[in-house]
Amino acid sequence: MYPRAFHYHRASSLKEAVTMLSQLGDDAKLLAGGQSLIPLMKLRFANPQHLVDLNFVPGTSYIKEEGGALRFGALTRHAEIENSATAAKIPILHDCAAGIADVQVRNRGTIGGSLAEADPSGDWAVVLITLATEVRCLGKKSERTVRFADFIKDAYTTALAHDELVSEVVVKKPPKGSGGAYIAFKRSAPVYPTASAAVQLTLDGDVCKDAAIALGCVGLTAIKARDAEAALRGQRITDKTIAAAMEAARAAADPQSDMRGSADYKRALVGALVKRAIEIAVRRARGEQVEVGHIYA
Amino acid sequence: MPKKVVKRKRAPKPKPAPEAAITAVPISVKVNGKTHSLTVEPRTLLVELIREKLDLTGTHVGCDTTYCGACTVLMNGAAVKSCTMFAVQADGAELLTVEGLEKDGQLHPIQKAFGDSYGLQCGYCTPGLMLSAFQLLSHNRQPSEKDIRKAIAGNTCRCTGYQNIFKAIQLAAQNVKGV
Repeated sequence: MYPRAFHYHRASSLKEAVTMLSQLGDDAKLLAGGQSLIPLMKLRFANPQHLVDLNFVPGTSYIKEEGGALRFGALTRHAEIENSATAAKIPILHDCAAGIADVQVRNRGTIGGSLAEADPSGDWAVVLITLATEVRCLGKKSERTVRFADFIKDAYTTALAHDELVSEVVVKKPPKGSGGAYIAFKRSAPVYPTASAAVQLTLDGDVCKDAAIALGCVGLTAIKARDAEAALRGQRITDKTIAAAMEAARAAADPQSDMRGSADYKRALVGALVKRAIEIAVRRARGEQVEVGHIYA
Repeated sequence: MPKKVVKRKRAPKPKPAPEAAITAVPISVKVNGKTHSLTVEPRTLLVELIREKLDLTGTHVGCDTTYCGACTVLMNGAAVKSCTMFAVQADGAELLTVEGLEKDGQLHPIQKAFGDSYGLQCGYCTPGLMLSAFQLLSHNRQPSEKDIRKAIAGNTCRCTGYQNIFKAIQLAAQNVKGV
């Protein structure tokens, strides 16, 4: 399959890429890892007349720890995050990076590209919305910081203006006593999950001081399950509170029936994933090393 | 040759990119140790460059949708699906395809292990699997079964049921010297 013919522009800096976008207009798109865009172009769902390639811009792939936060360059590949000891300081980030598609896709796909694409089935949004995340957006005149909760607007729609790009993703390190986990249920490695759940907790002894719970692939964007969070916040984590959180998570899900499963099935599934993620998050918050693997049907 | 644009009375449909006006891009890639300098149309996929322009047909096209991994090659040591990259993105890169595994008429230990362990049947997925195995063994010489599963999760085989592929990669891990 061949995409429509397009003009190729190679940016040598992010600033230049932004200038190119504003000069080329609406028919221009950015090319980062290309693992979503190129398949869309081959199927001719996307037909940009101009592609601005970011892959040759130096200094856009990095993972830094600075002032209590981890900073990811927009073109940091999933595989680099998967293999980074710095990124693993927030274990849920490792869970996410290590489970995206397969080795080949993780070698190419980027965190910035994944966020800018805002695919409803993407993994990063589900995880990042449970953390204090900010997205740095570079425009022609200035760079602005957008809270992640305000970044994803809808399926395939972000807060980015046409001539803006994601330059950096900043994730604040959670306080002491925190733990998180991300689990996706997939039919096979290369496909998007059927459903997924991210849980990030902060414990004070046995009591859950704070909780963030997000659901993936059961709505047009990652869903923040606020009632499920409320079911845990200020409570001891017991079978009863977990059951209440599961129930609230199932109610928050808004799945569609498709080839991956019926809406009812996905709703039941996402509850079970929330339960498992809470259990692992609690163990991690207590300082246990727990390895998380996604579940393959 | 640039085509003359005919003016129509009705508003034209959103027009496709003016193909005649697309500029081919000069690139230079090192494939299996040999440098090639050529010009490509931007939409040329990396797998098409490898198969059609360089005539290295060991890299296969399977699903053509980033799923099956038959088109896997190594780019600067990292496994990539060459159906999901444009050739222009490989400018300046070093590629390894299945044709580059053999040295001086001797099969690479990974190739030999796939043969010895019956790690293939029809052989269509094999080049991609061997290159995924190559990336794994280049940084992990004692892979566990889980490591192997993870390393080849992006490669689909419809014949073997994978058991002999695991055995082949385990055998290769013992026999590989400095991949």
